[in-house]
Amino acid sequence: MTYPLPDLLPALPEILVLTLACVILVIEAFFKDAKAAYVLTLLTLLGAAGVTAFTGGEMSVHTFNGMFVDDAMGDVLKLMTYLAAITAVVYSRGYLAERGIFKGEYFALVLFAVLGMMVMISASHLLTLYLGLELLSLSLYAMVALHRESQAAVEAAMKYFVLGALASGLLLYGMSMLYGLTGTLDLAQISAALREGVSSPVVLAFGLVFVVAGLGFKLGNAPFHMWVPDVYHGAPTAVTLFIGTAPKLAAFAFAMRLLVDGLEPAHGDWQQMLAVMAVLSMAIGNLAAIMQTNIKRMLAYSTISHMGFLLLGILAGTFAGYSAAMFYAIAYVLMSLGGFGMVVYLSRAGYEAENLDDYKGLNSRSPWLAAVMGILMFSMAGIPPFVGFYAKLTILQSLVGAGLVWLAVLAVLFSLIGAFYYLRVIKLMYFDAPHSTGAVAAEAGDARMLLSLNGLAVLLLGLAPQPLMALCANAMQLSLQ
Amino acid sequence: MSVGLNHYLVLGSVLFAISVLGIFLNRKNIIVLLMAIELMLLAVNMNFIAFSHYLQDTAGQIMVFFILTVAAAESAIGLAILVVLFRARRTINVNDLDSLKG
Repeated sequence: MTYPLPDLLPALPEILVLTLACVILVIEAFFKDAKAAYVLTLLTLLGAAGVTAFTGGEMSVHTFNGMFVDDAMGDVLKLMTYLAAITAVVYSRGYLAERGIFKGEYFALVLFAVLGMMVMISASHLLTLYLGLELLSLSLYAMVALHRESQAAVEAAMKYFVLGALASGLLLYGMSMLYGLTGTLDLAQISAALREGVSSPVVLAFGLVFVVAGLGFKLGNAPFHMWVPDVYHGAPTAVTLFIGTAPKLAAFAFAMRLLVDGLEPAHGDWQQMLAVMAVLSMAIGNLAAIMQTNIKRMLAYSTISHMGFLLLGILAGTFAGYSAAMFYAIAYVLMSLGGFGMVVYLSRAGYEAENLDDYKGLNSRSPWLAAVMGILMFSMAGIPPFVGFYAKLTILQSLVGAGLVWLAVLAVLFSLIGAFYYLRVIKLMYFDAPHSTGAVAAEAGDARMLLSLNGLAVLLLGLAPQPLMALCANAMQLSLQ
Repeated sequence: MSVGLNHYLVLGSVLFAISVLGIFLNRKNIIVLLMAIELMLLAVNMNFIAFSHYLQDTAGQIMVFFILTVAAAESAIGLAILVVLFRARRTINVNDLDSLKG
């Protein structure tokens, strides 16, 4: 019996990343050369970006018996994932080196996590969706625990592991219900089966509850958010930077593939569940963030509220909503790269710039860094002319367009509450006296330059959001038809 | 009385409920938590196999192979984190994991 060889070309970026991640493992095992691993990681991500840009077309291509899809939305999200991963790796080099975890393992894990995200982004089957998710999650658990001497990091890893495994279990249980109901694991066929009508709406609702709960865990939405603050706080900041950025793009793709590609006909059912999760996330995220004294915890709660906002776009269930959510995800990743990147940059050996008090008087110590941080905070708060404002605006427009005005009103109210704690950081930086008067050490020039570019990108995309918005809308249009 | 699909689904849901309760009520030992996670994945496997047999479709059984493999990898990572935790903390008591709180 012979099997036809599947078309490997659409999966070329994945194959490249997998191969080079294995090469890095070998380098680590035999040569212990972390510097080479670092350079090779950056080259791999750049190479994958080239391949993705080169092989990506306007058409959606299915391969591996319909398990894997290469479409415009996937290509854009993958390119953003590489960008986020490259930026995160460059930011964290100094931090890792000073704490003795600048090792080849870290970079191999980064690449395996990126591979998991790529598989999630390109999945068109419940099996690939699950495998991508697990590859990402297992790499992240190991990365959190990488700083073995740190008690907080190890505890965070254990909590992340247990709750992440619980989330996978819930998701799988929901998937098994969907399988039983529709008789297939392929997302397009599930959608077709649901459109024809199912024998038991109760089982469908039952399966949906579990799937949405699992999804909520992974996105970090309330009421399944308990792991987010502990993991963000406990993990080494460089790892927090990684967890808080690129995986959010993959989680968005995961939600789109599962809910829109697969469960679109049941939109009425999942819309209500997402609405509850979105409102709870915005409420808990924004209110709890006010009480934090640790900036990593504050940004963790801010993530929860941002993920709630992201859900609003998806639950609108319109084309405008989906592309607004995609724009939001990309804008959020840019802002959070800068925010956590700043925390990483300001941390030195034996000193973590974790507490809000550490930011007092940053302006007098380094006006430029304070200005960049200021841009990021204004943008996260959703104040024009920064990109965060347009991200929120498009989501609100799509909500109003879908007739969900009450959700839009709630979203604006919670954003107003949220603005308080972002502005507090700015007040601390500009109007409070610093604890130490020394200037911030100007080392790691590449990280500093990238951080400046990051801040400027947030400003420029806010001044001219149209190209990125058009890109998102175009990609979404090509993928959804 | 013959054993039908419903019986398997009930068994799966009971196992699943036991494992979720095991994760939330367990206040003693992390190893018990790992066992509860394993049980949860097995409950899901039971569902997939029951449906697969009922639908006469092999995709569910293939899914089970993959879930079993991932479960093995997951336990490996979980136990590795447990070892690191014990070295750092000298305890594997769930109640002692309370240094991170907001």
